[in-house]
Amino acid sequence: MSTKENWPAWEVFTQQKNGAPHEHAGNVHAPDAEMALLNARDVYGRRQEAINIWVVPSVAITASTPEDMGPFFDPGNDKMYRWPNYYKTPEGIKQI
Amino acid sequence: MNTPQIQEDEQTHIDAFNSRISAGQTIEPKDWMPQKYRKQLLRMMSQHAHSEVVGMLPEGNWLTRAPSLMRKAVLLAKIQDEAGHGLYIYSGAETLGTDRAEMIDQLLTGKAKYASIFNYPTLNWADMGAVGWLVDGAAIVNQTALAKCSYGPYSRAMIRICKEENFHSKQGYQIMAHMMRGTKEQQEMAQDAVNRFWWPVLMMFGPSDSDSPNSDDLMKWKVKLYSNDDLRQRFIDRTVPQAEAIGIKIPDDKLKWNPTTRHYEFGEINFDELKSVITGNGPCNKLRMKQRNDAHKNGAWVREAAVAYAEKKAKA
Repeated sequence: MSTKENWPAWEVFTQQKNGAPHEHAGNVHAPDAEMALLNARDVYGRRQEAINIWVVPSVAITASTPEDMGPFFDPGNDKMYRWPNYYKTPEGIKQI
Repeated sequence: MNTPQIQEDEQTHIDAFNSRISAGQTIEPKDWMPQKYRKQLLRMMSQHAHSEVVGMLPEGNWLTRAPSLMRKAVLLAKIQDEAGHGLYIYSGAETLGTDRAEMIDQLLTGKAKYASIFNYPTLNWADMGAVGWLVDGAAIVNQTALAKCSYGPYSRAMIRICKEENFHSKQGYQIMAHMMRGTKEQQEMAQDAVNRFWWPVLMMFGPSDSDSPNSDDLMKWKVKLYSNDDLRQRFIDRTVPQAEAIGIKIPDDKLKWNPTTRHYEFGEINFDELKSVITGNGPCNKLRMKQRNDAHKNGAWVREAAVAYAEKKAKA
């Protein structure tokens, strides 16, 4: 028997503890969001790794591409004045 | 477009790729990669995923006959993990451009390979100990190395798996240790399981380096960081003292500690047997394929019901 049905993929984000951000854990296949959530719980939360889970259709994610990497992030690369250590503090000042 | 231009572009890509590999960078799904890198990775990852899935079968054999409720619960948890491991690796492999249904189809139709070890039968309860301790132990050695491989999705799947695999190996070793403290018959069962599994487990690391056709490319691309023989040696070195500690005898007359090299020396592995099992002539190849196909067929109604439920809810 050869059935090549492939359910849509869902990206899984898990929150490990209260107050922590959701982080990408992996993905699952499922026919709808509710079952994606159940599968995600079974696959990525078997050992108390999650207290909350998001599932997002993989096709809904828009990502930057590796070729873009230079030019896309360039606007941020030459602005050293955005870092606090760009600024010199007068001697003797302990806290600012 | 003229051909030299295309070749030049191709060479630029290859050079950039190689320098990323030698800088220890990770390759991600959308990055440019040589066709052969993609193909070899897909071959390795799909075989690996299939092995996790087929690996559930020899253990499933003992679920209904586990000696206690606790052992049964542990075995169930381990088997569930294996399904999850299959899922992580399929999901990583899909990023290379082949979807999971296609890979599963290749497994079911016998086009794809899986680890030779699962073509050996699990004849007594002690085999659950030997499989957890030795088969999963060997897998840990392999996968710890793969966790540092150059392909991001594979490496991340391995890191996840290694965390869970330690439980598998430890529960197996505990079964063996427990039996070795039991009656004479239980001790004999434990020893018998090791006698049957030891050599096939050593074969899990693949052919010797001198006879491993894909190794050169895989090492160059840092998909493999250590050779088959190195990993095999690492497994033997860490496993022999574990066997001694519980009174198990490794079935190898030539096994001995070499204080100079600080490694164990061991007897010759029958690689003809490995070839024969891989090409379909192991004790259980046909049985495993039948079991896997039956499981897929018998589970069809669950998949159909899931789709019907999703459709019904979408309408409501």
